[in-house]
Amino acid sequence: MTALGYNFGYLDENTKRMIRRALLKAVAIPGHQVPFGAREMPLPYGWGTGGIAVTASVIGASDRLKVIDQGADDTTNAVSIRRFFARVAGVETTERTTDATIIQTRHRIPETPLREGQILVYQVPMPEPLFRLEPRVAETKRMHALADYGLMHVKLYEDIARHGHVAISYNYPVLVGGRYLMSPSPIPAFDNPKMDRMPALQLFGAGREKRIYAVPPYTAVRSLDFEDHPFQPVRADAPCALCGSRESYLDEVVVDDRGGRMFVCSDTDYCSTRQSHQEAAE
Amino acid sequence: MTLTPGFADPVPDAQSCFRALLEAMARPGRVQRIKALPEAPVPLAPAAAAALLTLADAETPVWTDGGPAAEAWLRFHAGCPLVAGPGDAAFLLAVGGMPALASLEAGTEEEPHRSATLILQVAALEQGEGWHLSGPGIEHVHRLRVEGLPPGFLAEWSANAARFPRGADLLLCAGTRLAALPRTTRIEEAG
Ligand SMILES: [Zn+2]
Repeated sequence: MTALGYNFGYLDENTKRMIRRALLKAVAIPGHQVPFGAREMPLPYGWGTGGIAVTASVIGASDRLKVIDQGADDTTNAVSIRRFFARVAGVETTERTTDATIIQTRHRIPETPLREGQILVYQVPMPEPLFRLEPRVAETKRMHALADYGLMHVKLYEDIARHGHVAISYNYPVLVGGRYLMSPSPIPAFDNPKMDRMPALQLFGAGREKRIYAVPPYTAVRSLDFEDHPFQPVRADAPCALCGSRESYLDEVVVDDRGGRMFVCSDTDYCSTRQSHQEAAE
Repeated sequence: MTLTPGFADPVPDAQSCFRALLEAMARPGRVQRIKALPEAPVPLAPAAAAALLTLADAETPVWTDGGPAAEAWLRFHAGCPLVAGPGDAAFLLAVGGMPALASLEAGTEEEPHRSATLILQVAALEQGEGWHLSGPGIEHVHRLRVEGLPPGFLAEWSANAARFPRGADLLLCAGTRLAALPRTTRIEEAG
């Protein structure tokens, strides 16, 4: 993909240093959005420039990189980002969650639990969790400063009054370390519990808004809820048609031109690993 | 005055030092060893000098009490402006004693990231003994023994933590080793 490959020195050392400084402050203040002043990225937004900028500032020759897009390693976007880093950083790449030291992701958290020694880098389209409720940036900054998240509680409460439950299935807001309201990026709410006290370091990069935030290992990440309406991660009530998992997050896919559908794991590595274990056992 | 060299291979050396810094900050109290070290002038600890080469540049005012050789070396290799007041610095490299934490830039309630990072050289760092650390980055408890801190350090540290999200962050360096105390880390003395 030439759009990714044309700029070999993707980030210069000054830009990396700026992003590295922002990353350390982001880790020191869990869930707080740290702006970084990078010049324009040589990539159209929507390609995951924020995630790529974070990965490019962190990655070294001894890393092994996995890239997923909606859980899959084999989409055009994931493949080209992986190839890009193989070329500019000389790193090994992998599709195996367990083998990766850095996992860059768009819209999913792998099913296989992450461990110490791994870094999960999220591509974030919109870092501000309050932006739909309060478009003025100065106001949202003030709300974060005061930990004044009443607007979000009101929105969730109105959802419950109207629908009987919180009608947010993606990008479900979380409170980090009991202090900062944070957007988990558009992962399914099903994935939110995986963020809580994760042993791996979680880094978030928003390219267009030029913001970085982080969740250190073993840090409390709570999905906002109410005592009488506790948070409930939703999953299609079916087993995966390929590996039979009843625990994984499922995608509904069309299998023929007569409208036939089936549910399969969105995490392709998790699903194929389970299938190969099942074949080996037969 | 002749200058000793900076990083032998600046791009990969800065990357590997940054990963050690990130790991240190993400897992407070775990001691990291910096592998690629510059030839830092006396009295700079190699780990402290490597941290500044990795993070400081023309955009970050630096304060140090390391003396003329250290100042010349930092100016040349990091290209950072040097400032006289600890409160004006984004990074501080203290070798002779700790500047009062309350005198450092702590950021604002809206922009707590605009806060100083103090790189403090200490006599020794040992993990697995000493203080009990807790907070983000720590599963149950991390233990860290630090030799060479001022007597009132723990009181200053809890005052620093009390103004969260404002506050300074600390990198402790001894020789080639380094451990971090971000503002979120709670310290209890070993009972
Ligand atoms: Zn499956």
